Amino acid sequence: MTATQQTLYLFGGLAAVLTLASLAGWWLARRDAKNHPGAEPNSVIVNLNTRIWAWWVMIALIGLAFVFGKSGVIVLFGFASFAALREFLTLTSTRRGDHLALAAAFFIVLPLQYYLIWIDWYGLYSIMIPVYAFLLMPILVALRGDTRHYMVRVAEVQWGLMISVFCVSHVPALLTLSIPGYTGRNLLLIFFLVLVVQSSDVLQYVWGKLLGRHKIAPLLSPSKTVEGFIGGVASASMIGSALWWITPFTWWQAGLLALVINLMGFLGGLVMSAIKRDRGVKDWGRMIEGHGGMLDRLDSVIFAAPIFFHMVRYWWSE
Amino acid sequence: MNGAGDKSLIEKLAATAVTAFAKVVTGVRGDWEGCLPDPRPRVYFANHNSHGDFVLVWTVLPAALRRITRPVAGADYWLASPLRRFIGERVFNAVLIDRNPETRQGDPVTLMAEALDQGSSLILFPEGTRNTTEERLLPFKSGLYHLARQRPAIEMIPVWIENLNRVMPKGEFVPIPLLCTTIFGAPITIADGEDKDAFLTRTRDALLALAPVKDNEQ
Repeated sequence: MTATQQTLYLFGGLAAVLTLASLAGWWLARRDAKNHPGAEPNSVIVNLNTRIWAWWVMIALIGLAFVFGKSGVIVLFGFASFAALREFLTLTSTRRGDHLALAAAFFIVLPLQYYLIWIDWYGLYSIMIPVYAFLLMPILVALRGDTRHYMVRVAEVQWGLMISVFCVSHVPALLTLSIPGYTGRNLLLIFFLVLVVQSSDVLQYVWGKLLGRHKIAPLLSPSKTVEGFIGGVASASMIGSALWWITPFTWWQAGLLALVINLMGFLGGLVMSAIKRDRGVKDWGRMIEGHGGMLDRLDSVIFAAPIFFHMVRYWWSE
Repeated sequence: MNGAGDKSLIEKLAATAVTAFAKVVTGVRGDWEGCLPDPRPRVYFANHNSHGDFVLVWTVLPAALRRITRPVAGADYWLASPLRRFIGERVFNAVLIDRNPETRQGDPVTLMAEALDQGSSLILFPEGTRNTTEERLLPFKSGLYHLARQRPAIEMIPVWIENLNRVMPKGEFVPIPLLCTTIFGAPITIADGEDKDAFLTRTRDALLALAPVKDNEQ
């Protein structure tokens, strides 16, 4: 099977799953309206249906990006980084003296990172933000001379760049890996990463709603349960294993990689929840109906992508 | 009446371009916390940090309300160049106020009251000037009180504009695309016999109460 055929089958499968989910959501809403005529619609069901609708839109956008190949994927994740960075920095305590550093983060560092991935310069895109931007940000802030909360302000901009730009950019960076016997198929690695990690999020939610009893991190995220965590990570790792045929991995390797990225995704969700709690907000933004902001949807991918990238690069690429 | 009906195509296009630009740069959202959009004449009074403030309030209003809502602005700024005059007078249909009592012809409060009588709503910045200090809100000038006295039935809506001062601080040229929010509070009307200080304190407190809490600003 060619990569294009495989991609078509995968998106067809996703559309089938989403159709089932939409039908189930429609049926739940209809049953709720019948059982409680005249009452306000059940908010969990309403939220479920908005979430499903948003999935249709997100998958359509990824599908569209795939049609354009490398450039499409780079543009898509570049915009995702932009949306994530503005959500992140909106919640920080920047001051007027940070203006230059913030302008550099949005208009120089972000586009440069995606350009470096576009021209496939691994040696630079893997250190540009952790080394050069890391040193440039405190310099730009220091030059403006406002020392109030200096360390906090600089650290927040650096965190914003690492989380929203560096980590996110490791999704399209998968296209730059050259894996023997897998030439021309790297888009499917992106599909594997995003599908496995996102299905882990969805399945943690589903298992948690069905069986969830014991809270796993009540101080960070009151909605996450032990049952949701175990059920979600285990079932999403099985999905990963079952997708071995689109990857350069064997079935057990695919399952193990899926397990690692699902655990990273779960922990990433906890970290990002801790930041939201500290800032006193429930969601990062309101960009994606029913889900919250870009960072609410990407938090697990952000923590999984660089680890997945380096595992594949170390063990599989030449 | 200077309604939308007599706006030319280019003025409508300019208005659309300005609101679209505001949305792209700031991702602005309107939160109707204390009231809902309503076509009756109202006074929206907001904190003032940037020349873009009324654009944000204007942008989050539903299109039907946007057409009847006029910002109240300083004539010295908006008549200073042909482009500003076009934007201020023709695109935003601003009620332009001469802030200098020596030179001004009519009474500013009367001008505002007349606009309300014609069915327009107003966007007003009761601090009277842009706040470039570390204070969240400057003391209010008395214009809001005098307007409320002249038209006591008019609802005054506090509107907190969050973050625009970070997007475009004074003296900077590149806007930082941080997310902005405009929060609409509960309507306030002046009480019988309420004096100037009491009314200005009440309206200012109502506006400050809408500002999101920031624990790290102290």
